[in-house]
Amino acid sequence: MSFDVLWRYAPSLISGFGVTILCWSAGSALGLVLGAAIALGRRAPLSPLQWLLRAYVELIRGTPFLMQLFLLYAAGPSIGLRLSATAAGVIGLGMYSSAYFAEIFRAGFAAVPKGQIDAAVSIGMTPLDILWRVTLPGALVAVVPPIVNTLIVLSKETVVLSIITVPELMYQMQTMAAETFTAFDAIFAMAVFYWLLVEVVSRLGRRLERSVTAFIRHSAGPA
Amino acid sequence: MPLQAFFNSFGYFAQAAGVTVAVSLAGIAIGFVIGVAVCIARVSGGRWLGGLGAVYVSVFRGVPLLVQLLFIYYFLAELGLDVPALVAAVGGLALASAAYQAEILRGALNAVPRGQGEAAIAIGFSPLDTWRRILLPQALRISVPPLINEFILLLKASSLVSVVGIAELTRVSMNVASSIYRPLEAYVGGGLFYLVINLGLAALGNLAERRLAAGSGP
Repeated sequence: MSFDVLWRYAPSLISGFGVTILCWSAGSALGLVLGAAIALGRRAPLSPLQWLLRAYVELIRGTPFLMQLFLLYAAGPSIGLRLSATAAGVIGLGMYSSAYFAEIFRAGFAAVPKGQIDAAVSIGMTPLDILWRVTLPGALVAVVPPIVNTLIVLSKETVVLSIITVPELMYQMQTMAAETFTAFDAIFAMAVFYWLLVEVVSRLGRRLERSVTAFIRHSAGPA
Repeated sequence: MPLQAFFNSFGYFAQAAGVTVAVSLAGIAIGFVIGVAVCIARVSGGRWLGGLGAVYVSVFRGVPLLVQLLFIYYFLAELGLDVPALVAAVGGLALASAAYQAEILRGALNAVPRGQGEAAIAIGFSPLDTWRRILLPQALRISVPPLINEFILLLKASSLVSVVGIAELTRVSMNVASSIYRPLEAYVGGGLFYLVINLGLAALGNLAERRLAAGSGP
């Protein structure tokens, strides 16, 4: 591919990359918030709510992301839900990831040994202190690695948004390919680009993991 | 009558669900063969083969599946090969899945206690026998639940091959949606098929996990 094609299309490719980053970050943020809410809701003792949330998680995890996007974007208008492609993409990504985040949070809370909480109660810590100093740090350690993994998976899933015409990078690249007859070169460039992106994000993620879990190594020595 | 529309195209959906399962099965089976090769390369391939295996895993796990599928599709066209879209679809799923399966198998091999292999050598097993009778049976047992999980993931990922024109569940849902002007029923119907298949697979996975756990008692 001659580089002047890329140069000519640089503005639309850069804006596409911006939309990719926007969808990824907004979708993940929505997913994290929804997921935390679902995980907390599933700890509440109301059984119909628990049943409903469990059904939601199973539904989302049991169907393909592309199908959910079609349902939101193409079938939404028949129940009065009219969204722009980008809005549908962000909401779709958020709902999709919320089910996975919810399971991660649930497992995280469950990973804190009950003895630690009993011990905190017995030495007279207040419930808020227990949550802040015992439950949350313990859960955080269990939760960060799978969250980082899910974020990496989501960065790849943003490509699927191009199918419902969200103007992200893949969509812009395909437009360029169609207009300049450079399908193979364009898709090759995309493959290299996403590979590098995912490698960089994974490296950064591992670093974050290490820094969040550092206090375990610091306090692991004999007391 | 909303449900009428769904039942009218039920046969169409069922056939498409068959295509989805068939494409995914072919993908996971071919992917398993490639995955075993990549796993062996990584575990005992020395520096060059091992490095090659690591690059394979990194590339096929790092590049989004949709990009991989389109890449294979255009790559074959670039070579001037006129193969059916089905080949590109199954090939793409298999190559991507192989990277994940290789890692599952590698993890399972690492989970077999080191002493098992050493004990086998100590009582005079040949290296081949050690693999065939001691390491592989245990590694495969450990890897069955994650492999079933990978199959569920691949089955969902197979919705992307609709892009290269395979008439599987997602594509057929799109077709039904646009032919009866009832997108809600069409996509809910297609989604239900995925849900039923995946819940069935998940139940199978749980069963396998329990049976295998029962067999590996102390």
